[in-house]
Amino acid sequence: MVTTQDRTLTTWRDEIETRVKTAGAGPPVVFLHGAYGLQWDPFLDNLSESHTVYAPEHPGTTPGAPDALKPLDNLWDLVLYYYELFDELGLDAPAVIGHSFGGMVAAEIAATNPERVNKLVLIDPIGLWRDDQPVRNWMTTSFGDLPKYLFADQNLPIAQMMTAAARMTNLSDEQMDMQIQIMWSAACTGKFVWPIPDKGLKKRIHRIQAPTLIIWGRQDGIAPPIYAEEFAQRIKNARVELIDNAGHVPQMEQLQQVSGLVSDFLRS
Amino acid sequence: MFHLMPYRDLPDDFEKRYHSVWVDPPFHELSTPEKAGQFYNWTLDELIHAAKAGMDGVCVNEHHQNAYGNMPGPNLMGSVLARATAGTDVAIVQMGATLPTTQPPIRVAEEYAMLDCISGGRLVAGMPLGSPMDANLCYGITPIEQRERYYEAHDLILKAWQSREVFPWNGKYTQLPMVNLWPRPVQQPHPPVWVPGSGSLSTWDFAVQHDHCYCFLSYFGSKLAKGVMDGFWEFVGKSERDSNPYRAGFLQLLVVSETDARAEEEYYPHIRYFYDKCLHIAPEFAAPPGHQDYRSLVNTMKKQFKDVRSMRDELPNFTFKDFVDKGFVIAGSPATVRDQLQEAIKDLRVGNLMVLLHIGSMPHELTLKNIDLFSREVLPHVRDLWDNEWENRWWPESLRAMRALPAEAVPAGGAS
Repeated sequence: MVTTQDRTLTTWRDEIETRVKTAGAGPPVVFLHGAYGLQWDPFLDNLSESHTVYAPEHPGTTPGAPDALKPLDNLWDLVLYYYELFDELGLDAPAVIGHSFGGMVAAEIAATNPERVNKLVLIDPIGLWRDDQPVRNWMTTSFGDLPKYLFADQNLPIAQMMTAAARMTNLSDEQMDMQIQIMWSAACTGKFVWPIPDKGLKKRIHRIQAPTLIIWGRQDGIAPPIYAEEFAQRIKNARVELIDNAGHVPQMEQLQQVSGLVSDFLRS
Repeated sequence: MFHLMPYRDLPDDFEKRYHSVWVDPPFHELSTPEKAGQFYNWTLDELIHAAKAGMDGVCVNEHHQNAYGNMPGPNLMGSVLARATAGTDVAIVQMGATLPTTQPPIRVAEEYAMLDCISGGRLVAGMPLGSPMDANLCYGITPIEQRERYYEAHDLILKAWQSREVFPWNGKYTQLPMVNLWPRPVQQPHPPVWVPGSGSLSTWDFAVQHDHCYCFLSYFGSKLAKGVMDGFWEFVGKSERDSNPYRAGFLQLLVVSETDARAEEEYYPHIRYFYDKCLHIAPEFAAPPGHQDYRSLVNTMKKQFKDVRSMRDELPNFTFKDFVDKGFVIAGSPATVRDQLQEAIKDLRVGNLMVLLHIGSMPHELTLKNIDLFSREVLPHVRDLWDNEWENRWWPESLRAMRALPAEAVPAGGAS
């Protein structure tokens, strides 16, 4: 695993401190994490071999700073906050990769000011809605059931661990802290999407100018893969890659394939 | 008397066949509109009966999409009760209309003012935050914003009741150009406010700061409540407020019969029904992320996680004796109930006691019997426990004088 550096930046009239994990060298790429907070994972390791990766933690999800979310009331505030964060990082128009909730935020950033994003990668993003194939509300799905919807392979260690933790009557301090961190991250991201993650992106998404790669796990039980087409048909210059044997987190379940697709796309 | 108005006719295997009693139980499989109508009328009759039998107040609350408590519009019930108890000294305790889910919240100020006018100043204004199932799942309120919405709604309602001037309200969640409430409540400066809670520090702070009555609503009895209420009184002690026991309320499940043995025979199936079916709530509905602020989340996870999970495992095996010994339900002959209740009241230092006299699947006639026995044999012995020392400042002023006992208890069925 590569060594990451933590940078703490202050934005929003000094009201919000954001921790950004960075690693690597090369052209900048911003990674926006999903609903459960940032995990620096092998996908980001791979990415940092050819890029300078900036992975900010959504306000409120950094351990020890649960109140950092308070100044941001709504999605509009959140998008503007990201422009300020890009400014603080000295990023004019980086490539942006967003996963799940982070995918929605990335699309909003790219739609609101198309000049600030030069390439866009959306991995199983939320943000659009079809009544006939609703996005599953992960915030009201029991912890023990989540692996079923998140992963294609139920034998993954993380899937097994989540299922087991849901049944335990006692948790170790470490497991307890992890659950609190996951719950609170879901609360801080949920603020912008509760109770249905359709907050107007459909009206703005046509404004995206950046060439866009849409990656989707074929077994995604949170946001069904039919949404890949929903995104693609609304974005001028978009391409879809469906990933076999992958759920909502294809960069974990099919690491090499997804890493390859992303790095080819960013290089092209 | 507090009435949840649970659905009384769930199938025996309900908790095995269905995911949750709240949010997603299918109405058409489990009920009919005709049955619902029957239960509404029984509920109203039971509360009116309780008022006639000598109870100090009658109390309803708000819940949605569930078989646990079927009153989505508590003020509709309160309106009937206010009219049916005209001219009596019975308080209309609305526990109540949920603030964060009523938009705009002056609707609560208006309806409560109406109830206060209809009842001639007998309203107690409960101001609940709302359960996660009701507020977040059924009514779509963003969990992390719920408490802030509540605070804002509370401030708006209090100001709307009291302001002599027309005022604009420029809130984060509600903007109104000209607030000018019609009608205004009879009680001045405003009806007493009760704040239901489940033990969180933020709610204590809020209730004490505003000098409202804090009501701990628990189904797990006075023994487990002791820790919470001791914490509350310690909190009050550190504030500027006095230790008037009427500053606190408590909800208690209670059943009375001729003897302890008959109480078990008559009521145990309904107690079982309540804990097995009415509280069969999908855990993921009860705790959506953000419903608790960060500090409360950490506190709950670290202090209560183990207790809650082990309670969930143990409850299905509780005998009648377990329920009584642990104080979840106060049950037995009048003498037994009197002793247990007096002990609980003193132990918790609560002035405003809410008794749940209809439990789960209890049929109408048995409910009337419970009401009669409680009113006649128990209530006179606990009513004035604190009155020598303290005034109930959280009770409608015109009703504070000690109530005379009814000349004769209304016979069972008399109100139906």
